[in-house]
Amino acid sequence: RDYRYDRVLFWGRILGLVADYYIAQGLSEDQLAPRKTLYSLNCTEWSLLPPATEEMVAQSSVVKGRFMGDPSYEYEHTELQKVNEGDKVFEEEIVVQIKEETRLVSVIDQIDKAVAIIPRGALFKTPFGPTHVNRTFEGLSLSEAKKLSSYFHFREPVELKNKTLLEKADLDPSLDFMDSLEHDIPKGSWSIQMERGNALVVLRSLLWPGLTFYHAPRTKHYGYIYVGTGEKDMDLPFML
Amino acid sequence: MGDLPPYPERPPQQPPDRRTSQASQRQYSRDQVQPLAADPEEGQQIAPDAQRNAPGWSQRGSLSQQESLLMPRAFQAEEARIGSMEYPSMNTGFPLEFQPQPYSDESRIQAAEVTTSLMQRLQQGQSSLFQQLDSTFPEPPVNPLDPFNLYQTDQFSEGAQHGPYIRDDPALQFSPSELGFPHYSAEVPEPEPLELAVQNAKAYLLQTSISCDLSLYEHLVNLLTKILNQRPEDPLSVLESLNRTTQWEWFHPKLDTLRDEPEMQPTYEMAEKQKALFTRSGGGAEGEQEMEEEVGETPVPNIMETAFYFEQAGVGLSSDESFRIFLAMKQLAEQQPIHTCRFWGKILGMNRSYLVAEVEFREGEEEAEEEEVEEMTEGGEVMEAHGEEEGEEDEEKTVDIIPKPVWKPPPVIPKEESRSGANKYLYFVCNEPGLPWTRLPHVTPAQIVNARKIKKFFTGYLDAPVVSYPPFPGNEANYLRAQIARISAATQVSPLGFYQFSEEEGDEEEEGGAGRDSYEENPDFEGIPVLELVDSMANWVHHTQHILPQGRCTWVNPLQKTEEEEDLGEEEEKADEGPEEVEQEVGPPLLTPLSEDAEIMHLAPWTTRLSCSLCPQYSVAVVRSNLWPGAYAYASGKKFENIYIGWGHKYSPENFNPALPAPIQQEYPSGPEIMEMSDPTVEEEQALKAAQEQALGATEEEEEGEEEEEGEETDD
Repeated sequence: RDYRYDRVLFWGRILGLVADYYIAQGLSEDQLAPRKTLYSLNCTEWSLLPPATEEMVAQSSVVKGRFMGDPSYEYEHTELQKVNEGDKVFEEEIVVQIKEETRLVSVIDQIDKAVAIIPRGALFKTPFGPTHVNRTFEGLSLSEAKKLSSYFHFREPVELKNKTLLEKADLDPSLDFMDSLEHDIPKGSWSIQMERGNALVVLRSLLWPGLTFYHAPRTKHYGYIYVGTGEKDMDLPFML
Repeated sequence: MGDLPPYPERPPQQPPDRRTSQASQRQYSRDQVQPLAADPEEGQQIAPDAQRNAPGWSQRGSLSQQESLLMPRAFQAEEARIGSMEYPSMNTGFPLEFQPQPYSDESRIQAAEVTTSLMQRLQQGQSSLFQQLDSTFPEPPVNPLDPFNLYQTDQFSEGAQHGPYIRDDPALQFSPSELGFPHYSAEVPEPEPLELAVQNAKAYLLQTSISCDLSLYEHLVNLLTKILNQRPEDPLSVLESLNRTTQWEWFHPKLDTLRDEPEMQPTYEMAEKQKALFTRSGGGAEGEQEMEEEVGETPVPNIMETAFYFEQAGVGLSSDESFRIFLAMKQLAEQQPIHTCRFWGKILGMNRSYLVAEVEFREGEEEAEEEEVEEMTEGGEVMEAHGEEEGEEDEEKTVDIIPKPVWKPPPVIPKEESRSGANKYLYFVCNEPGLPWTRLPHVTPAQIVNARKIKKFFTGYLDAPVVSYPPFPGNEANYLRAQIARISAATQVSPLGFYQFSEEEGDEEEEGGAGRDSYEENPDFEGIPVLELVDSMANWVHHTQHILPQGRCTWVNPLQKTEEEEDLGEEEEKADEGPEEVEQEVGPPLLTPLSEDAEIMHLAPWTTRLSCSLCPQYSVAVVRSNLWPGAYAYASGKKFENIYIGWGHKYSPENFNPALPAPIQQEYPSGPEIMEMSDPTVEEEQALKAAQEQALGATEEEEEGEEEEEGEETDD
């Protein structure tokens, strides 16, 4: 309302020790444009989060462990830095303080980049540039819904250019402009399950446990949500 | 469609983009449709008339201005030929108020004018024209343009190639088309070159593509039909996708019916199975009587109520699924002799998930299976013993004694009896409600110990092997059972006071401090207020036994051998008993409050929440485990319940470090008895022989000496 978003979606919930964060995202007309993220502790008051920068991500990657639930909580991280003082070079321990808000921002950003997915055909790209919601998207068929290749990462393509020309010839430039899930490393980091007979397909990410994507085949309904602790599963290669 | 402009107005100026021009031309065509149908003054009423016409047009081949330069004539010609019936109604009021739109592209303007001119002519419905067209229609396709075989509207822009085609036509001038053509006959001789162009264009369009039987013409017909039927809001921007969809549909109409059948089946099968759930067991009068008896004591808990409370807490499965689980558990209760059962939770797997039910059998029901298992293991041990004995016999015969390895496998810790410790409950799993329940085997301490060292996802198939290091003794069913045991031991909690120890005296000392292992419900329990439950962890207690590092709940000294083992290994035992002394392992006793739980790296092991802070009198206290993410417990008044929904792994803030391989075993210590002696060389043997002969013959010293010399020479 205040921010002039085209759509506002509930992104998920990050469980903290003391309190949980409820996250929502606002989308503008161009679906692939960076989204504004809002968080709230009680679903009634929402605050805008700053967009994620590289620096934030790098900083927050050193913080491990659960979220506290208090946005102003600061993590302390000691780093060894070389300090030059005159002729001496010695290492000093510097305590870097990282705010939980920063960490929240970077985690949301990482999750979005890594595992936010969209079924193929739900968005299409016009030659003018902006990506639009495909009004005629009627859902994936059942056989398509079980394949990983019918789902795309909801972000700018990274691997698309690495495909061979042969593969590119099969793609449809208006629909296939994002990376598909097929080539995700590590292989098998997505779990596809059909529920209720074949009426619902659920994809769960094993890399970020808690990310769930659902789609009812042959309908327009799909969506993803993250409910979890906000931590990446670093042991995935051992667990597969 | 709302965006069709009223008749007297023109669509607004648009940039000379291919699509916009096409759109405007499409609108243009609709405009043309409208005046045909309605009076000019009624141009506002677009919808009904256009819709009426649209199907009609589509059946016959709707106008497609995308092929702006060629098609207008062709289409109209064909329409006139085929759909002459509709035109009489449009005869009269064809106001020629077609103001030419100031397109920047002159060719398109000309095409538009061509359109209008043709429309006018056709309206007259002169048969002569038709005949002319008929005669020229069977002309073979004129334009062998391969690019146009692609069904892409993108390619339509290359229709500019055909620009000169039209431009050359003298009839295509701006002015004459604007004028009304009341008398068709006067125009007959003039438009002949026009007609030729039309026919050429049309023939080209009807040309079928190489890959299928679809011609461009028909495709565009379909496309426009679809657009007019569906009336999407922004047709221009969805044009591309519509194009693609139409193509797809055309290519796959028949396959759809074939595909439907196999696709339906999985859903159908599942529905069949679940239908069985919904029907009651037994039938008729008997069924009813049984029901009456059972109503008093059903072992199946009220899952729906539990699900409701958990939903308050923000945890749980959908009500759909909960209900099916309830029915499935009821089925389980009917199939197996169950004393109590409980829905334990859901463990997610990669391909399928597991629904777990915790069950306690009635007395004396399950012993039969266990005996079989024990016999098997005993048989195995006997075999091993036999092998060892044989080895010993062989050893006595040979001179060289094969050194026996010093390493002995660590003693097998016996698993706990059923109904006690980690095996207190039996667990049944199924993948989805409606599928048959499978019983999980009891867990052995070795499995628990191993399960602590590995971290693997469940695939969903019980017989899948668990590939890991250290190698897990068992398949996925065992691993699942081990994880269930660990989770139960760690996270099954209840409010303080709900359970109390049964009155026993003096047992503690006898059991060696192992603690009590039984509890019973406290009949005097009055619920703890929810706020208190949330505030302090001391109000919650574990009601399952903690699993010791050994893998059991009650400690067993591994050095105490059973009778069979004593017979075999007497000689070795004495040597080993000395250095190994195992300390007794002690765990926290039963019913310890949660506040005593160890912290995980400065994190509290449990998190409490109130389900709703706005109405505390009705809210539910929820406790969430941080050690096992996915374990929840709720309590409200006198009710409480535990559940686990998750992947089945423990939380560790550190990364998982797989166990390192065991250190390399030491080689057998080298001693004189196994030292390899190098065989004497030939020279040495001969020297020895020579020396012996030398010693024998005293008189033949000279010869020996010669022989020695010879031997030495040969040696050299």
